[in-house]
Amino acid sequence: MMHSLILEGIGVQNWTYILVGVTFAIYIGIAIWSRASSTKDFYVAGGGVSPLANGMATAADWMSAASFISMAGIISFAGYDGAVYLMGWTGGYVLLALLLAPYLRKFGKFTVPDFIGDRYYSKVARFVAVLCALLVSFTYVAGQMRGVGIVFSRFLEVDINTGVIIGMLIVLFYAVLGGMKGITYTQVAQYCVLIFAFMLPAIFISIQMTGNPIPQLGFGDTLSDGSGTYLLDKLDGLSAELGFSEYTEGSKTMIDVFAITLALMVGTAGLPHVIVRFFTVKRVKDARKSAGIALLLIVILYTTAPAVAAFARTNLIETVSNKPYAEVPEWFKKWEETKLISFTDKNGDGHIQYVKGDAYLKDENGKFDFQSPNNSTKNELYVDRDIMVLANPEIARLPNWVIALVAAGGLAAALSTAAGLLLVISSSVSHDLIKKIIKPSISEHGELLAARLSAVGAVCVAGYFGINPPGFVAAVVALAFGLAAASFFPAIILGIFYKRMNKEGAIAGMVIGITAMLLYMIKYKLGWFDETVPDKSEWWFGISPEGFGTVAMVLNFIVSIVIMKFTPAPPEDVQEIVENIRIPSGAGEATH
Amino acid sequence: MAKTKHASAYWKENIKYVLILLLIWFLVSFGAGVLFKDALNTIKIGGFKLGFWFAQQGAMYVFVILIFVYVRIMNRLDKKYGYDA
Repeated sequence: MMHSLILEGIGVQNWTYILVGVTFAIYIGIAIWSRASSTKDFYVAGGGVSPLANGMATAADWMSAASFISMAGIISFAGYDGAVYLMGWTGGYVLLALLLAPYLRKFGKFTVPDFIGDRYYSKVARFVAVLCALLVSFTYVAGQMRGVGIVFSRFLEVDINTGVIIGMLIVLFYAVLGGMKGITYTQVAQYCVLIFAFMLPAIFISIQMTGNPIPQLGFGDTLSDGSGTYLLDKLDGLSAELGFSEYTEGSKTMIDVFAITLALMVGTAGLPHVIVRFFTVKRVKDARKSAGIALLLIVILYTTAPAVAAFARTNLIETVSNKPYAEVPEWFKKWEETKLISFTDKNGDGHIQYVKGDAYLKDENGKFDFQSPNNSTKNELYVDRDIMVLANPEIARLPNWVIALVAAGGLAAALSTAAGLLLVISSSVSHDLIKKIIKPSISEHGELLAARLSAVGAVCVAGYFGINPPGFVAAVVALAFGLAAASFFPAIILGIFYKRMNKEGAIAGMVIGITAMLLYMIKYKLGWFDETVPDKSEWWFGISPEGFGTVAMVLNFIVSIVIMKFTPAPPEDVQEIVENIRIPSGAGEATH
Repeated sequence: MAKTKHASAYWKENIKYVLILLLIWFLVSFGAGVLFKDALNTIKIGGFKLGFWFAQQGAMYVFVILIFVYVRIMNRLDKKYGYDA
């Protein structure tokens, strides 16, 4: 099927086997070298990670298969609206660095529920936090395992399920053996692989399209065809011509853009697998610094992605629009086989009409049915957004090893995020549930064993969802941010900045915030309350389910403060904890 | 008591800096990139409409700078109050 891939020399597939094999061997080698020998190693990598290593690990942890493979594609179809992801998934780090990371590091425990449980002197609060952490992490991790499977199947001709299982085994090996310590140092390696794999094709394409080697600048430069036209003007013109909205204008309403961006920012700052990374450094000042390094390393990819999006969009339109189907380039045919791109000649003129609208009808599962053209639109082309990154090296005619590198990069992105999430799940179970709630008398040795076993359990559950993805997983992953925004963020912020905040307020806020988010999501995203998913016009204040995290967060803040006013102040010793975390010096090592 | 006073002076100064930095954070992203995007889009720098540039590039650069400025300010503040041990 992929005969066209083996072009010359070693061939793409062999290159992919070589590069993926080498990177996997590195990850396993690191895991053996950095295996965990105590719960402290397992939960917070011994607490002595340098700010640079932690910054790199955080960046890899953060950038998932979605950031690597799908984001540029989403932006290239959404134009300006794509900014919600760009600003949303980076702006949260400012909140993390200024409002959370230094204080949580000073607090010096292992997990987010640890902070909630101690600060709100309550097992109920801890338990609610554990449930929120598990809900957020499981929805997120299922998508990552699926991502691993998809990368394998697209590049190595294995079945998606086989890909998921290979991914499970690799993550299992280094997460179970190394815990946070193993994960941290494999993530450092994974960052290097993924950033190299993303930047190299981007630089080449920028040179080809604009003559500028820096994609961020090429994005605003003139085209190299000698016309003197700016790339973005050209793209606006092409989009308008074909009936799409202007690329630099977008189509979402301002309030929705605002709400989604804020929900993603706050959600980022509230995601347990990101927060926990700041428990691994030595001092409070290291926590601040590593947040800065992490964001710098993330922004390298995030400022390149919109440039790639604009290049790829222009390239795509110019290559296919009104061109004879018989003359399409090699990559078009290749990705047609995997249904990432599909053409149906509705008017029988042998040319590709690519305009606004769905080319095909959807089946009952909401997926496009490539046997039934949608005759109510003139559009004849279906393009999967993932193709924008996956096919980029081929569109730019880069050598085979670069194409293979993109596969290794996609796997690095998916595996690093999956491992970080699995660790949160396993520590929630072994530390927060077993050690702190069910059996406080458990020995250090017993807790470490429990941590490893829960990691195994978590990998199996994640793998199960990766192989049998429930229809709602894709929808829910984007909403994990809303859930984190609606639950953790207010509880942690109030816990640090509002000494009078008590357990009654925090628990009520978290429960009401996350419930509101879940209900809105079920009604307006999944449509389980009605026959179908309700129309946009019924959204509250015109805010989409993705943006509702902002509303749920505000609700959480209001409920927490109102309930607190009517209930007793927290005890003296808790107020002392708050005084203490506000002072950076004397951050001891993380303890039980 | 002197110790608490010292600590709360530190905290007040910290809050002041954080609020200033967050104001900038808000202005470059939600301000320039969302609320005032259309007005800024009438200005063009190179091929970029300014509002679009803030939303897809500029805000992110400023975010990085903000964190490193915060790191410097806080390191100095910690030293001033003797909390840098």
